[in-house]
Amino acid sequence: MCLGVPGRVCEWLERDPPFARALVEFEGLRREVAMDCVPEASVGEYVVVHAGLAISRLDAEEAESLLETLDHVARLERSADEPRPGGSS
Amino acid sequence: MKFVDEFREPETCRRLVDEIRRATTRQWTLMEVCGGQTHGLLRHGIDDELRGHVELVHGPGCPVCVTPVGAVDLAVELAGRPGMLVASFGDMLRVPGSRESLMSARSRGGTVRVVYSPLDALRLAEENPKVEVVFLAVGFETTVPATALAVRRARAVGLSNFSLLVSHVRVLPAMEWIAASPDSRIEAFLAAGHVCTVTGFEAYEAFARRHGLPVVVTGFEPVDLLAGILSCVRQLELGSANVENRYGRSVRPDGNPSARALVDEVYEVCDRPWRGVGTVPAGGFRLRPTWAEFDAESRFGRVAGPAEEHPSCRSADVLAGRVKPTECEAFGRECTPATPLGAPMVSAEGACAAYERYRRSTATAGDEQ
Amino acid sequence: MSSVRPSLNCPLPDAGDGERISLAHGEGGRLSRLLVERRVVAGLGEVAVGGGGDSALLDWPTGPVAVTADAHVVSPLFFPGGDIGSLAVFGAVNDLAVSGARPLSLTLSFLLEEGLAMATFDTVVASVRDAAHRTGVRVVTGDTKVVPRGAADGMFVVVTGIGNPVEPISAGPSSMVPGDVLLTSGPLGRHGVAVLSVREELGFDPPPRSDSAPLFDSVDALRSAGVPVRAMRDATRGGATAVLHEWAEASGLTLVVDEHRLPVTPEVRGACELLGLDPLQIANEGTMLVAVPPQAADEAVAALRSVPESAGAAVVGEVRPQVGTPVLVRRVLGREQPLDEPTGAPLPRIC
Repeated sequence: MCLGVPGRVCEWLERDPPFARALVEFEGLRREVAMDCVPEASVGEYVVVHAGLAISRLDAEEAESLLETLDHVARLERSADEPRPGGSS
Repeated sequence: MKFVDEFREPETCRRLVDEIRRATTRQWTLMEVCGGQTHGLLRHGIDDELRGHVELVHGPGCPVCVTPVGAVDLAVELAGRPGMLVASFGDMLRVPGSRESLMSARSRGGTVRVVYSPLDALRLAEENPKVEVVFLAVGFETTVPATALAVRRARAVGLSNFSLLVSHVRVLPAMEWIAASPDSRIEAFLAAGHVCTVTGFEAYEAFARRHGLPVVVTGFEPVDLLAGILSCVRQLELGSANVENRYGRSVRPDGNPSARALVDEVYEVCDRPWRGVGTVPAGGFRLRPTWAEFDAESRFGRVAGPAEEHPSCRSADVLAGRVKPTECEAFGRECTPATPLGAPMVSAEGACAAYERYRRSTATAGDEQ
Repeated sequence: MSSVRPSLNCPLPDAGDGERISLAHGEGGRLSRLLVERRVVAGLGEVAVGGGGDSALLDWPTGPVAVTADAHVVSPLFFPGGDIGSLAVFGAVNDLAVSGARPLSLTLSFLLEEGLAMATFDTVVASVRDAAHRTGVRVVTGDTKVVPRGAADGMFVVVTGIGNPVEPISAGPSSMVPGDVLLTSGPLGRHGVAVLSVREELGFDPPPRSDSAPLFDSVDALRSAGVPVRAMRDATRGGATAVLHEWAEASGLTLVVDEHRLPVTPEVRGACELLGLDPLQIANEGTMLVAVPPQAADEAVAALRSVPESAGAAVVGEVRPQVGTPVLVRRVLGREQPLDEPTGAPLPRIC
């Protein structure tokens, strides 16, 4: 369940709860999104949007570090001469 | 970083698949809790890719499918009353109640609208002051803040023709139900990334300890799913049972405090019947009494108690991973995607519907050869 | 009929096609097909000779004539990139064009709802006129009826298209062989997303535009280039998926499309991510699928791209020997997954 889509905050329209709203861009289009749960999101930042409400700010550093870890793991694996079945590396 | 394509990168996925295969000494049985994850796994064929190393059991993670028959029936009835409009998400429309779905209620003249957001339903109420707008509020913890915000906004603008028919459900009690079932085969859980975005994962620590099962918070893109599975497999091979977060770009340990506060202001935890499961203790949310003016049930009529499940439906066993859908007597006979008896046949991603589709395509092959 | 497999305990006959017409019967998927096959063609019995296709070739004493019939309902009547008037003209023109005919004449009937603004009606008529000019067709006769308020959604438009079958442009889907290449004449899913966005007031900016356009020039470009076309079909209701299933059934082969080669505009991609939809299942009104032999693929793409209406043409897949599943889609990781026949119009979902 829970289709959540990353979008980029383009412009704040209203800051005051419970009516906080911003324009958020998804690929080629923009839509108004409720921002009450991400009051500190800034323009240019990415948020996860579910059912019209932004539920989190996406952390670019965390995202990069996951991708780097995975890349690193893979390189270690390839440099190992033979696979070790059973090894939990 | 655009947070999408990076996590669909085929080369990264292939390496992760290799790594999972290499890391397993036997086949492990994992449950992905969330229907969105099931969708991603099946769409990309990840389950086939890992066959022999990891068996993925599809969990009860579709809030649409576990919505009790009585709630659908009440929504259908309200949609037929003059001056009333029932709105919900598109996936809720095809779910059958005891007699019919909202879709067929609409073709008989009922007033039913599909919305993308509960806030769009609120707008319908504002634009049509003479119409009673009822939003059928389904969804896990991810969706609850949006419906809570809708009633907060409704009160703030003094709207009296908007209400919620609440059927929200909570994920952790369902995981408890599965893990505690005596013959459960599940050895680790992929926890639902967007639910945890709201709730955090601190509550999972005790769960993992109590059941001795690894829990890995996992996202929805192929790279996320594979990274989550890899973490599970590594823990299982080492014999550990910890909570790990592999969806750190969206999930913090304490979730989203603003969203949690919003939910807590409007809702309280309650027992709730899940279709195909039975009543799950603490398995849902209901509006707090202070918000009763927005409660469609207290205004227009109660949801009838859990309807008798069909005697031959074994959806509880299927959801718990105890039996395969094909082992159920009703499967493919009285129970089909067009006439589902239980939750896993209702959703296209449900375990029974997935088997049914697979069976049809393989049977077709046999026919034509 | 190959869709009925008695050995299977087949659930198909009960699939909601039950006691009343539901909207899903009109959405181009399996239920639409069943409605035509089991109720219309079967109900008409020996008087039905067309078999339920989109257009027919009549062998008249004066020579062959191509005919197509099209009823248009769209809510709202106006949407970014078109309206019900131009849609009706292009719909008939495209049905004739993909069957290899040159569109010549239209009949045009309006079913109008009591209370419709006269200005709205005038705008639609003007749109029909412009679309007819653009495609070189003439309106030869028609009818108007008015129904009480509530009995129609503003207006419905019914057209008959009549064309001159210049020369058969395609041999038909049964001529496809393994190895053939599948093309689209442009990005997929634009019409359905445009209409859904305005109908459900999704508030997208910029509003996604429909692809509603005539395809005759694109077909003509293929003809002039001498491309040997195996099959050609505008991918309307049910989207590309419905056409692929129809062709798989007609040819007895398996059709495979490649997800990462599907042209999709950024607006459609954004809307599909947000609403959980698949561009392959969404309606088009000016985009067709074409099957050609592999050696003609480059030439076909070049010919299509020389025409503005099909400037976004691309290769999207290929034809294989029958492997059990009629239509497969190769997802980004390279796995091939079955692509099911649409069961109803796609709806925004949360799961």
